[in-house]
Amino acid sequence: MTVRDLLAIKEFKVAVEGDMDLPVSCGYMGDLLSVVMGYAEEESAWITIQSHVNIVAVATLRGVSAIIIAHGFEPDEDTVETAKEENITILTTELNPFEAAKKLVEFGL
Amino acid sequence: MTFDYIVDPTEPERAGRASTKFKGVLKELGVSPKVIRALSIAMYEGEINMVIHANGGNIHCEVDADKIRVIMKDSGPGIPELDKAMKPGWSTASTQARELGFGAGMGLPNIKKWSDNLVVETEVGVGTTLTMEFNLT
Ligand SMILES: Nc1ncnc2c1ncn2[C@@H]1O[C@H](COP(=O)(O)OP(=O)(O)OP(=O)(O)O)[C@@H](O)[C@H]1O
Ligand SMILES: [Mg+2]
Repeated sequence: MTVRDLLAIKEFKVAVEGDMDLPVSCGYMGDLLSVVMGYAEEESAWITIQSHVNIVAVATLRGVSAIIIAHGFEPDEDTVETAKEENITILTTELNPFEAAKKLVEFGL
Repeated sequence: MTFDYIVDPTEPERAGRASTKFKGVLKELGVSPKVIRALSIAMYEGEINMVIHANGGNIHCEVDADKIRVIMKDSGPGIPELDKAMKPGWSTASTQARELGFGAGMGLPNIKKWSDNLVVETEVGVGTTLTMEFNLT
């Protein structure tokens, strides 16, 4: 599965189109950045409610393939700009983190 | 080769710039992706700590043939109980820092985990210096 495949989930909207060909092989949920940094696996789809620019640094440094911002939060302007520079995809959803994770599971992740 | 960065304490949301820059440098130098990832994670955690716990500081990076050394120095409050601070889950992060998703008490443990060698020198009221090393071979 790649980031592009996740676009088939109709509850997910694209906020930043990064490298859509990156593989997605697992998921991670978390809002504490150092925990995500320490424990998220590479090739994760990462569900969070954080929307400030540091999520891009975490995703890039950790090797997360896509960020999914839940609960209807929108990424800050800074976040969008930096994600474009770093080629990281950001999706948003109105769903809560648990429901968003369920979608990923239903989708076969 | 050496590279120096100044960490600006005024914008915690933007911390991580030095790590991102140095990561780009290492890529250009052809350092292995594995080492780059370990180093960037550790350096990022150190950089965030300089911003949210100290008052910014300086980072000095030395790239040698066999290892990379990253020295992160601040003149912040120092760490009174270093053994506790090194344990996962121990944090004195402010409410403001916690709202940004910092303060899990995982930064120093992450640095320890991802570096090949870590020395923490800290003195209350004087500051903190982290020296981390990453083997290239
Ligand atoms: N440069 C520093 N100057 C002063 N105190 C520090 C410094 N770095 C760490 N500390 C102290 O050590 C504690 C643990 O640091 P650590 O990075 O592990 O966790 P944290 O920064 O609180 O949370 P997290 O890194 O998970 O966001 C901090 O809460 C702080 O009290
Ligand atoms: Mg920290």
